[in-house]
Amino acid sequence: MIRVIPGDPALTVAGVDASESDIAAIRAKLGTDKPLAAQYGQWLLDVFRFDFGHSLTSGRPVTQLILERFPLTLSLAVLGIILSVLIAIPLGVISAVQRWSFWDYLGMLFSQAGMAIPSFWLGILLLLLLSIKYRVFPLFGSGSFSHLVLPSVSLGIARAAVLLRLTRASMIEELSREYIITARAKGLTERMVNYKHALKNALLPVITIAGIQLGYMLGGAIIIEQVFSLPGLGRLFLFAVYQRDFPLIQGGVVFVAFVFSFINFSVDLLYSLLNPRIRIT
Amino acid sequence: MPMNRYIDIKNLEKIFYGRGLINRQKNAVTAVDRVSFGIEKNHVFGLVGESGCGKTSLVRALLYLDPPTGGEVWVDGTRLGDLSKKEMRSFRKRMQIVFQDPNSALNPKMTIEDSLQEGLVNRGMAAGDRKKRIIRILERVGISPSHRKRYPHEFSGGQKQRIVIARALAMAPDFLVLDEPVSNLDVSIQAQIINLLQDIRAEFDLTYLFISHDLNLVAYLSDQIAVMYRGRIVEIGSTDEIMENPLHPYTLKLFSSIPGIEPHEAADTLAPSLESPGDTGKKKRGSLKGCHYTETCPRKGSVCQSQVPPLTLIEGSHAVACFKIGSLPGANR
Amino acid sequence: MDPVLLDIQNLDVSFVKPEKSAHALRGMDLTIESGEIHALVGESGSGKTVTSMGIMGLIPMPPGRINAGRIVFKGTDLTGLSQAKMRKIRGRQIGMVFQEPARYFNPSLKIGEQIVEMLMLHLGLDKKKAIDQALSFLDVAGMVRSRRVLNSYPHELSGGMKQRAMIAMAICCHPALLIADEPTTALDVTLQRQILQLIRDLKKQFDMGILFISHNLGIVREIADRISVIYAGRIVESAPLNAFFDHTRHPYTRALLRSIPSAKKRGQRLQAISGQVPDAENIPPGCSFHPRCRQAETVCRREMPPTISYGNGHQAACHMIDAHE
Repeated sequence: MIRVIPGDPALTVAGVDASESDIAAIRAKLGTDKPLAAQYGQWLLDVFRFDFGHSLTSGRPVTQLILERFPLTLSLAVLGIILSVLIAIPLGVISAVQRWSFWDYLGMLFSQAGMAIPSFWLGILLLLLLSIKYRVFPLFGSGSFSHLVLPSVSLGIARAAVLLRLTRASMIEELSREYIITARAKGLTERMVNYKHALKNALLPVITIAGIQLGYMLGGAIIIEQVFSLPGLGRLFLFAVYQRDFPLIQGGVVFVAFVFSFINFSVDLLYSLLNPRIRIT
Repeated sequence: MPMNRYIDIKNLEKIFYGRGLINRQKNAVTAVDRVSFGIEKNHVFGLVGESGCGKTSLVRALLYLDPPTGGEVWVDGTRLGDLSKKEMRSFRKRMQIVFQDPNSALNPKMTIEDSLQEGLVNRGMAAGDRKKRIIRILERVGISPSHRKRYPHEFSGGQKQRIVIARALAMAPDFLVLDEPVSNLDVSIQAQIINLLQDIRAEFDLTYLFISHDLNLVAYLSDQIAVMYRGRIVEIGSTDEIMENPLHPYTLKLFSSIPGIEPHEAADTLAPSLESPGDTGKKKRGSLKGCHYTETCPRKGSVCQSQVPPLTLIEGSHAVACFKIGSLPGANR
Repeated sequence: MDPVLLDIQNLDVSFVKPEKSAHALRGMDLTIESGEIHALVGESGSGKTVTSMGIMGLIPMPPGRINAGRIVFKGTDLTGLSQAKMRKIRGRQIGMVFQEPARYFNPSLKIGEQIVEMLMLHLGLDKKKAIDQALSFLDVAGMVRSRRVLNSYPHELSGGMKQRAMIAMAICCHPALLIADEPTTALDVTLQRQILQLIRDLKKQFDMGILFISHNLGIVREIADRISVIYAGRIVESAPLNAFFDHTRHPYTRALLRSIPSAKKRGQRLQAISGQVPDAENIPPGCSFHPRCRQAETVCRREMPPTISYGNGHQAACHMIDAHE
């Protein structure tokens, strides 16, 4: 796709005042003088060798660039998902168990707000408040845990809002199932009915969605990384797009797709472990 | 056996193949195993069997909703396998089906008039004729035509089943498959629906295939009865023959199991009292050599495990698939 | 000792919602003695399930409301008990078996876990002893290889086995009363009789009182000592087994028995009961059966018939009984 867009990457590399022959030489080196199909074929072959080529701007191998930036994005996403799960599941369960109670309204308010507020805006707000006004957390930079707190909070809140709704709905559904009547007829306490019987079944869909969200966060932390000036994958790819650094863009897309499928696969494995009905035989 | 029966099913077979890429035969399940029977015009043929015996697969195969993997289905002199897709579509109007659960059979978002006219629109019937026909048929099944703009949830279970029957009748069929049509209804409503089914059969000259696990009901309604066990017919005959002289050990077990309001002698000796894990009655269907009933049969011998007992004519139209009928109590010969 | 285990007197329950309210039970009476199987027969919406939920103290309130009546179990009125006290009775003193074991077991817990948690809670057993007792009750419920059943998830068992496991769970704390709500309806016919036999055996073995809820008079005939028929939230007829079938009194019961098809009735029209089953939101005034009753007269439309005893424990509520006796 990127290749079809007008604009010659060779020009970017060579600079505006390069001569015709220089540009042709660079084109040959990059392979952009060959037909598109041939370029694609060559690229596919390279991908199988985990060779995404070299970045046009820095000249370094794409794989190396990605792996350098990946840990930061990964820890951001993992922190974000942990945070959102920690907020969403307890609040969601309480909301479902005590429907129309104070906690339920609080939870609903939180989830409405969380979904309505864009995470970059929340990020900026947090920055203004906690880094500039009160200086609890560093304004920018990276390398320590405290640098990750604000970005993962701003990422996690929006996700938590979605998960909370899901947990609540799923829990309410499980509580209306027949086996809950059995559990009550057995004389179990409400606590056992809710947390032992209903919760385990209610968490199944929540886990699936949380996994998918983790995938999104890995690819979707671009704006947050921008807001907090974090050198993660998102910024790398954004930069690559600005610069028409097509080997880097292609490598990035493949990498994100790979991570995404890997996470989905792991979630499926986890799911079958928790749900005896679809255990692999 | 007389040929040219209205419905004639010959060696019908339905095998579901497994999902394997290489050896699909390995996981094959024979749901319907060379089933043959015929139904005379205007008769009721009762099919009895428990869940998982292949009743549903049989029905789907014989209506070509899920075409059979072997055998022939003849309806009124037409071999269904010979029809093109287009011919099949128009032929299928003559064969309608009424399911057990009227709730799932009716679209909850359509008024009953719309549900009823759907099929008629497809046939290209004019609006005025459709309306007349729907009013007449609703009246016939005992639903006030003034309620035709209502939605399914505004009717009780019995009324919904009447509407489902009306929808089938609207297509002017001559063959109806009734798949447990009253099992989901209240006791006091069941008799109403059964009477209705009896009346419309005479009035519209219909032929029924009546499927049920309720032997009392099948015996009341049917002219002929077939007992099905794990994909095969194990006993078939006229209702009198089956009711007065049941021969297959599985038929006997069914008879002894069915509670009636008339007292009867318990035949518990035939029923195994213990169950073990895996005794689901469904496993290994089709993979067994010999008679499928050997696992629980009190009469089994070595021949039963190695060979499939053929349906053997006993007398009249009564046929049984069992090697050991001579040793059963109640056998005439 | 008082032989009466459970005595429901004049129970009146309604479900009140803003848009409509349903009168589910309208003065319901029922007694169960120890060692007796009392069958409660009725159609959908007649109040069978509300009765069992009422005994268990599991009617959701609101919208449910007990307007009047008592549920006396072993001398204590259950309607006045707190939820905490009810929890000590549920499962421990009163066990319950449901219609569809596939839906009434928790799908993601092993059968063993679901039985053991109850034993640990009610009897204070440690895990090992609880497992032993669960095993012995699975045996009692007629299961071979009970240890394997213990470690199975519900979906790994066949329908009949699930129901046996459900029964084992219901009786594992030696309850005095067992409520069996349509326990054979979801099962294949050849399994039904086995489950009925099991329930009969257990009654003898543990001297339990059993409330057997069903819509099927054929099944009830096989198992009950006493039968009560409920229609629109009231018992219309109650009698010991033989009297019930031999001297049926109430027109509704008679009509029900007449309408059941059998081979003998082939060629005849079934004597169907006309009309619809009344729903609890619109119960006809007077005798609730009068719109469908062939013998109904003016008094039936106006006055609710009182329950009259005819001796030998046979009761019925109908204005017209003496008229046609």
